[in-house]
Amino acid sequence: MSVSEKEVRYVADLARLKLSENEVNSLAKDMNSILGYMDLLNEIDTSNVEPLEHVIDLNSRLRKDEAKTPLSHDEALKNAPDADSDYFRVPKVIE
Amino acid sequence: MSTIAHERFEAVIGLEVHAQLLTNSKAFAPVAPIYGEAPNTMVTPLCLGHPGTLPVVNENLVRYIIKMGLATNCSVAEKSIFARKNYFYPDLPKGYQISQFDTPICFDGYLDIELEEYNKRIGLTRIHMEEDAGKSIHDQDPYNTLVDLNRAGTPLIEIVSEPDLRTPQEAYAYLTKIKQIVQYLEICDGNMEEGSLRCDANVSVRPRGREKFGTRTELKNMNSFRNVEKAIEFEIYRQIELIESGGEVVQQTRLWDTSKNQTRIMRSKEEAHDYRYFPEPDLPPIIVTTELLDEIKEELPELADVRQKRFAEEYGMSEVDAVTITEDRYLADFFEEVAEAANNPKAASNLVLSDVLRVLNEQSINIKEFNVSPARLAELIKLKEEDKINSSAMQTIFDAMLDNEKSAEELAKEMNLIQVSDTGFLEELVDEIIANNPDEVERFKAGKKQLMGFFVGQAMKASKGKANPKMVTQMVAKKLN
Repeated sequence: MSVSEKEVRYVADLARLKLSENEVNSLAKDMNSILGYMDLLNEIDTSNVEPLEHVIDLNSRLRKDEAKTPLSHDEALKNAPDADSDYFRVPKVIE
Repeated sequence: MSTIAHERFEAVIGLEVHAQLLTNSKAFAPVAPIYGEAPNTMVTPLCLGHPGTLPVVNENLVRYIIKMGLATNCSVAEKSIFARKNYFYPDLPKGYQISQFDTPICFDGYLDIELEEYNKRIGLTRIHMEEDAGKSIHDQDPYNTLVDLNRAGTPLIEIVSEPDLRTPQEAYAYLTKIKQIVQYLEICDGNMEEGSLRCDANVSVRPRGREKFGTRTELKNMNSFRNVEKAIEFEIYRQIELIESGGEVVQQTRLWDTSKNQTRIMRSKEEAHDYRYFPEPDLPPIIVTTELLDEIKEELPELADVRQKRFAEEYGMSEVDAVTITEDRYLADFFEEVAEAANNPKAASNLVLSDVLRVLNEQSINIKEFNVSPARLAELIKLKEEDKINSSAMQTIFDAMLDNEKSAEELAKEMNLIQVSDTGFLEELVDEIIANNPDEVERFKAGKKQLMGFFVGQAMKASKGKANPKMVTQMVAKKLN
């Protein structure tokens, strides 16, 4: 398996990253060497091994269904790069 | 709406239904999921996607979805995990939605739908847990998009059907069933117009007899049961026409346009999102123990199908009446309260099915908004049963009860509707009517017994509706035979 520069650009686009040509080139190299290592791991037979989603063997603790006091409106908007008196404000999104 | 009875093609439909859960707090944050509040006031740092915040699962998210799973004959996974669905949109501040992917907590279920001419079993592929996004507002500010995050993190369940539906009518019946079940379980209010129940449809057509599915389109933006039916119908015809004129269906997402009654393209497959699901590292797996499962089974209420059969057996209701009255859980509850208080299920079902339902329709309200209590209706039934009022007075009093708090008896007295059963008064009345209508008397005596209605009618008119019609009938019969 190998990663083309086109795929690097595609993934960067999904992640909203702007990459220079040099970065695309070096990331493709890095990714290919990581995947090369994965190929090595793939040689091990794991057909009888359950997938591991979490490294800590712990089950979810559930929370009681109770509402607490929310953040104040001022506090909620405090860290926003832009806001009006009610809403977060972002550049117009047109889909 | 006509049934799709196309000779050469049949449709294949699968529905994805999102139900917003009636929990006290959000899916992963301890803040109420309340609507209609001022923007950005029902949020915590987690809802805003601030760094360092961690989700904790609401136990009712898990309990409610298991209820739904059990009510729809699903298997419940002993272990299931959450997954991140990644995409960028301003109303999703974390950059991902917490959902489930490979391991939905409920899977392989079914439910039975009823249509006029047949019943059908529809498979459920899966039901999984997820959180809602916030709300983007595009039309209030000409240069910006405004974002309200009150809705962000609201608990949802997504119910995915097998592609077992074949007509828009089946899709409608399926949705109705889902709504009924979530309402019986009290896990969602089932209101599609307000968005607490949402539905996307996958629609394709294929020549009859062919096994392989055609290319499908996904329909969105249908905000009522009727619109789902209409949009699917439109889409089926659009696809058939396209194929018949030599074209090809293209895989795409289409929006239902209510004003134009048609679907239009939203995005094509090439523009389809690539969500890069992966296991949510912030949430350990959900383990459903046998104890929890048994506990929830115990909590399950009597569902509509069972209740319907019980009403038919216990109260001698016709199947049609039992179906109508159990369609809405709260209507069925209401009926049972009236029946119990009046100790007369027959009269209670008559009153609920005719008068109460009529008022609900006229005022476009549901039974919870109906302002006459079951106890007051029971009194009304008793008055009639004790022969203190006749049926037309019962009607008048019922209508009067809608606008005030007085008891049936008070109203009957106030409106002078207490039935007159005074023999002397009635005797006089009947004699007068007989004297004033010699022709009718003659014909009655000659055998035209249907004229009894005429005499009783005259007596009711003369007494302003207060005469006891039973007694009048008996007197007329006695005097003219």
